[in-house]
Amino acid sequence: MKLSGWGRYPVLEARVHRPRSMETLQQLVASEPSLIARGNGRAYGDSAINTCATIDMRHLNRMIAFDPASGQLIAEAGVLLGDIIAAFLRRGWFPLVTPGTKFVTLGGAIAADVHGKNHHRDGSFRSCVDWIEVMGADGQVRRCSPQDDPDLFDHTLGGMGLTGIILRAAIRLQPVETAWIRQTTLAAPNLKAAMAAFEAAQDATYSVAWIDCLAAGSNLGRSLVMLGEHAGRADLSPRQALAPFQITSKRKLSIPMDLPAFTLNSLTVRAFNALYYRAGERKTGTRLVDWDSYFYPLDAILGWNRIYGRKGLAQFQCALPLDRSEAGLTALLSEIAKAGAGSFLAVLKRFGKQDSAFSFPMEGYTLALDFPVTPKTLALLDRLDQITLAHGGRFYLAKDSRMTSATLRASDPRAADFHAHRDSHGFTSRFTSAQSERLAL
Amino acid sequence: MELRYEVSVSLHEFDALATDSHEAFVAELPEPPRIAVCAVGLMGQQAESERDVASAARVMRSNYEGPVSILAVLANRFEERGSGTIVGISSVAGVRGRATNYVYGSAKAGFTAFLSGLRNRLSKRGVHVVTVLPGFVATQMTEGMDLPAKLTAEPSEIADAIARAVERKKDVIYVRPIWRLIMLIIRNIPERIFKEIRI
Ligand SMILES: Cc1cc2nc3c(=O)[nH]c(=O)nc-3n(C[C@H](O)[C@H](O)[C@H](O)COP(=O)(O)OP(=O)(O)OC[C@H]3O[C@@H](n4cnc5c(N)ncnc54)[C@H](O)[C@@H]3O)c2cc1C
Ligand SMILES: NC(=O)c1ccc[n+]([C@@H]2O[C@H](COP(=O)([O-])OP(=O)(O)OC[C@H]3O[C@@H](n4cnc5c(N)ncnc54)[C@H](OP(=O)(O)O)[C@@H]3O)[C@@H](O)[C@H]2O)c1
Repeated sequence: MKLSGWGRYPVLEARVHRPRSMETLQQLVASEPSLIARGNGRAYGDSAINTCATIDMRHLNRMIAFDPASGQLIAEAGVLLGDIIAAFLRRGWFPLVTPGTKFVTLGGAIAADVHGKNHHRDGSFRSCVDWIEVMGADGQVRRCSPQDDPDLFDHTLGGMGLTGIILRAAIRLQPVETAWIRQTTLAAPNLKAAMAAFEAAQDATYSVAWIDCLAAGSNLGRSLVMLGEHAGRADLSPRQALAPFQITSKRKLSIPMDLPAFTLNSLTVRAFNALYYRAGERKTGTRLVDWDSYFYPLDAILGWNRIYGRKGLAQFQCALPLDRSEAGLTALLSEIAKAGAGSFLAVLKRFGKQDSAFSFPMEGYTLALDFPVTPKTLALLDRLDQITLAHGGRFYLAKDSRMTSATLRASDPRAADFHAHRDSHGFTSRFTSAQSERLAL
Repeated sequence: MELRYEVSVSLHEFDALATDSHEAFVAELPEPPRIAVCAVGLMGQQAESERDVASAARVMRSNYEGPVSILAVLANRFEERGSGTIVGISSVAGVRGRATNYVYGSAKAGFTAFLSGLRNRLSKRGVHVVTVLPGFVATQMTEGMDLPAKLTAEPSEIADAIARAVERKKDVIYVRPIWRLIMLIIRNIPERIFKEIRI
């Protein structure tokens, strides 16, 4: 069947298997020469596609055990983060680390070692993982943790499915008093101000900025910086406090079909961004926001990737080291503003320390934005790659769909080590994705 | 399920085709259920059902005889008690026989008629009967088939629709409204024309 990631680019013809039992999965690993696991397909590019055998893990989705004393949940890899929230928020628990969509599987969150708005404080997803079980090329299942078989653990978190199939994991949830977030919005007129706001907010639990990537000149990097804290019972209105874990569920909008490409031109984006910034400016200050709107604003618009039309979208996400972030971001944003090819959804975030074999984050800043796929934007993306390289940055594989292997190697010396590790375990020919082939991983 | 929904769950081994065991099966349950949902079914292969009488019989028994047998036992219990809800998952395939799966379809047609009769009998007895007529659903049964996405429901949609139907005491439900329209059309094509078309 035709298969793609969330960006709907590239689209490849692939054979998909949907095992419902460990035995079927074991048979697939034994019989398929090469394969890759797939979660809920929220990576943007081709990381969860193997044209010969893509293993859809979503049927292996049992929740196995929960310990209310420690908040540890043991579950199969196909469980969605949204299902975990549905089951445990009402009991006072929330994921410690969550990406910007709740429609990811546990396996996908581990394989990409995802980050949330609290990376500067709590680190990446691995911070909440006690152990994982991974099926290797020999069909054997190994349990690993930072203590036991730390090598497998370290390479699997952030390993993009290239070290085996993640079957189960034990993760720790964090206790929360309510389903609400106290959000503080600050308007930053330019990049310097936005970065200063992040640096001043190192103690905030959550921080993220929406950045107007079309603003140029003295407005370059104009942002709305949004900080968040889990609200306590005392923060709620008396009515909310009656049911502190309940929020009114919103109507879901859905984009029923591909919009023609012209809906999203620089004019509409420019208008939207300017309006959004002005509206945000007026709404600065602190207010209560429910968890779903705070963490997953895009999930309310089902199928929003379709606004980019039939050709799909490409995400660009890089991380820059702290000391070169300002220069790098300035160069990236200038290039984007000059091309006038920005997107509605540009996000800036401060990363904290990260020490791991192949996970994406590094201490510094990360910038993420979407582009409709056109020859012009693909050329722009190549230029953004070069700017990132020149400033010592690297790229997020969960978002990538078009980088070259030379770019990857130049950006990240760990890529060669990762490849060597795979090679020494006989993984290079067994666990492969369209992305790993493109990047010669 | 226990973890997800904070409910207690118990499992009981059941064979729909072992109809002799059904009285005892119900008698041995720790407590009689308030709501019984029957999702037993077997699609089989139409070509095989045409060739081989035993295969055809298995499809018929799995979709009609077995489900009817267990629901009949439960219905009598519920009637004695004066309360309860019975949900039978039948299929749009039972609305009109088509060349591609009429053995399965005919058994589902029988099952649909049974549920309708049961509802008629028990409606004054405090027992409610829901007939579910799903169109395509993405399950093991249809895996590997090339189904139109707009017409294909997720199992969770069927579950939500059943929960609503039980709460609101609905009699017959389709899942995804479009199927009501499709079946209205299919039902109304004159046989003279219907026999010529392949759908
Ligand atoms: C709207 C949106 C917002 C996002 N925001 C963020 C964000 O804030 N932070 C962030 O870090 N990411 C973010 N992402 C990216 C997303 O979190 C990751 O791509 C995640 O990996 C997707 O999980 P998935 O279950 O859909 O996996 P897929 O997309 O299906 O697969 C992703 C990778 O995981 C591997 N994989 C999946 N399951 C398994 C398994 N069981 N065993 C081994 N390997 C497996 C695949 O091989 C593939 O390499 C966002 C994505 C979207 C669409
Ligand atoms: N999928 C569709 O498109 C679709 C459309 C319309 C209606 N339906 C109906 O929906 C219901 C559920 O089907 P499904 O789609 O979920 O397919 P399924 O996964 O194949 O489910 C069928 C179920 O019936 C059980 N079963 C079969 N024979 C049995 C027997 N002799 N004793 C006990 N249990 C038996 C199976 O149990 P085991 O797994 O243990 O064998 C299985 O759980 C069925 O009635 C089906 O006809 C399905």
